[in-house]
Amino acid sequence: MLTINVEFLGGLDAIFGHVREHTVQVEDGSNFRELTQHLVEHLLKDRKDEDVFIEDGSIRPGILVLINDTDWELEGEDEYELQDKDLITFTSTLHGG
Amino acid sequence: MAFNPKTACHLCHSRKAVMKRPKTLQKLCKECFYNVFETEIHNTIISANLFHKGERVAIGASGGKDSTVLAHILKTLNERYDYGLELVLLSIDEGIVGYRDDSLATVKRNKEQYQMPLEIVSYKELYSWSMDEIVACAGIRSSCTYCGVLRRQALDRGAARLGIAHVVTGHNADDMAETVLMNLLRGDVNRLESSTNIITQSSGSPIKRSKPFKYTYEKEIVLYAHYKKLDYFSTECTYAPEAFRGTARTLLKSLEAIKPSCIIDIIQSGENFKLKPKKQRKNVVKRNTAQEIEVRGDGSVSLNKDGNKCESCGYLSTNKICKACILLKGLESSRAKVPIEGGNIAIDGAAQVTKKLETLSF
Repeated sequence: MLTINVEFLGGLDAIFGHVREHTVQVEDGSNFRELTQHLVEHLLKDRKDEDVFIEDGSIRPGILVLINDTDWELEGEDEYELQDKDLITFTSTLHGG
Repeated sequence: MAFNPKTACHLCHSRKAVMKRPKTLQKLCKECFYNVFETEIHNTIISANLFHKGERVAIGASGGKDSTVLAHILKTLNERYDYGLELVLLSIDEGIVGYRDDSLATVKRNKEQYQMPLEIVSYKELYSWSMDEIVACAGIRSSCTYCGVLRRQALDRGAARLGIAHVVTGHNADDMAETVLMNLLRGDVNRLESSTNIITQSSGSPIKRSKPFKYTYEKEIVLYAHYKKLDYFSTECTYAPEAFRGTARTLLKSLEAIKPSCIIDIIQSGENFKLKPKKQRKNVVKRNTAQEIEVRGDGSVSLNKDGNKCESCGYLSTNKICKACILLKGLESSRAKVPIEGGNIAIDGAAQVTKKLETLSF
């Protein structure tokens, strides 16, 4: 099993029980897409809020994703192969400034 | 870590890239990103001639990401390039419990972190209504309309109180593209033409506003705040955002995911959109212009000369009665006349203003 640390920032914690930092366990060899599936199934409080987080099977546009503080666009996005102790940060940019 | 040319920064070719710029698709390391981000904003400020030496500037500060990054950047650039600006934080307290009180706490920390004076103006003191009271009275659907009109005037009045004639706000490229899109979708061509101006000024108002982040992507603002570990507040306003704006934003974000340059492209379209000059009406002999008034479709009355004052509140307005007063008058008529026992122990000052408003006639 891999231990993955997950952060929800920019107000996204609201749909994850108002908790910003979580630790989850996923199968060895899982990729990023499998992690988001896990988050939706296990951490999301209300499945009604799924489309705040997911659109067309991937992270909704407007949510910034960092993998160990690096833009996920440089890491292969959904195909990224998770490593033990990865820190994944989701920040919503859809809120007012 | 071993050097890997595949993951190296496109500018310095040595450090590992950590982000991809939406505007140029360049992959940059943290240091080069900071440098490019700050320099671009500096270039915008210089080419638009936003400031002059010795100018006092109020930063409209909400505690959110945009205005927090704006305060940080202006402080940095002011020192680096010797703009000679005197910077002040100006916050509006709309009176939204659980939202604005928390974000104001952030602004108060920013005041210490950036060593800038802070002025807070509240809706309650200016209008004798807090947003919570307005929503209780007018309903949640029109909350953004009220809030928008009242905030605009509140920022002006706050700046006037400080003796400052220039307010900068954290509106970014995404906000601007969204506004262009909304004006286009609504057919509001008058606004479409002016919505991409970097400096705006209401006619008659001595206070100008500007948007140094006009060309700055939201993604980069969020990344900058994240990497620099800036202290900002992020929670959605407790009142529902305007549905139309929300949909325009979602559309924009979906477009950006396919083609990130579309945000800057939309702004460029807006900038180059010019209306045909209006046809001059014939046979109108110019009389004494000060006497000419126009009654608009919505019942408001305009005086053609700049620098008029609202007959109700005395604040500058192009109309006979300013928009804030029209909205507030509508509210007053539906405010509960008898306060609930023990529920509303009004403070002297607020009670007096309320009484004064009740006796006003239009």
